[in-house]
Amino acid sequence: MCTTCGCEDHAHAPHPKGESSGWFRRVSLERSLLEKNDAFAARNRRHFQERGILALNLVSSPGSGKTSLLVATLERLAGSRPVAVVEGDQQTSRDADRIRAAGAPAIQINTGKGCHLDAHGVEHAILDLAPEDGALVFIENVGNLVCPAPFDLGENHKVVILSVTEGEDKPLKYPDMFAAADLMLLNKVDLLPHVDFDEEACLGFAKRVNPSLDVIRTSARSGEGLQAWIDWILARSAALAR
Amino acid sequence: MHEMSLMVSMLEIIEDQARQEGFRRVTRVTLEIGQMAGVDPEAMRFAFEAGTLDSVAEGAELIIEETLGRARCPACGLEAPVEVFYEPCAACGQAPQEIIAGRAMRIVSLDVD
Repeated sequence: MCTTCGCEDHAHAPHPKGESSGWFRRVSLERSLLEKNDAFAARNRRHFQERGILALNLVSSPGSGKTSLLVATLERLAGSRPVAVVEGDQQTSRDADRIRAAGAPAIQINTGKGCHLDAHGVEHAILDLAPEDGALVFIENVGNLVCPAPFDLGENHKVVILSVTEGEDKPLKYPDMFAAADLMLLNKVDLLPHVDFDEEACLGFAKRVNPSLDVIRTSARSGEGLQAWIDWILARSAALAR
Repeated sequence: MHEMSLMVSMLEIIEDQARQEGFRRVTRVTLEIGQMAGVDPEAMRFAFEAGTLDSVAEGAELIIEETLGRARCPACGLEAPVEVFYEPCAACGQAPQEIIAGRAMRIVSLDVD
């Protein structure tokens, strides 16, 4: 291709003096920036599917209470089902330590400067954890409502956690995440009497972004809603076994 | 700033192509970024400058073609521009609509020496 006019063959009259007429090659690609992640995600999904594993990708802002909720969930599931947990954080193994203390096998992925988990990192964690057939795998993503949204990990469902100490308009501000999720856990509901959180408006915003979104109100502290959340998980796991 | 990891994926694709096609230098990278892809073009430019140092694409020009969002209404079939994907259909009010364009993030072409 001609660098001056972009033509494919230089059959026309020469360009005026002073304009360089070098040649370059244009390589057409049409390749998605997510293709590698998507390929790993497809592999993870196949791995889960072949083993009847239910994998949930837990996403939220930092401080929504994801880890406490997960610890409370694992305590209730203890002994009844094989579980495994992948923890994502930029730094420290504090969350994985909390999960292990609750009796569940966990692997911490430190993303360093990364703001989300990717499917390749999750594949390694899953191979190391080697969850049993029929296990429940919880993947706690990095606390961030933006970056994890486009990165498929191969999970069955994204679960978004929103706590009542945040703004009720988060579903409108971060619609990608709420649209990608199948369930929203409205967390820390024990604090509702103490905060100015408009629950009805929040549910309205969430349903506007994603009309098929399920919603469960939870509190890791009081235990409210935990059984409903566990029932939601077990129903989806049972559906895989069928 | 997931633009940085998108950048890393992009470089992998470019290096991979350089091996396959046997070029040593990329002079221009053309990207298509949909306005509803959740990618900030400015952050992408920043990541490109930082990320291409010491690579075949060092110093290359980055062209970002931003494509507009388009939606099709599943109820009445109207196709129209859209900016957020929970926007109701302008004709019949149905929401959400099916997004048919504006979510892509891909390398369109490379100009190479």
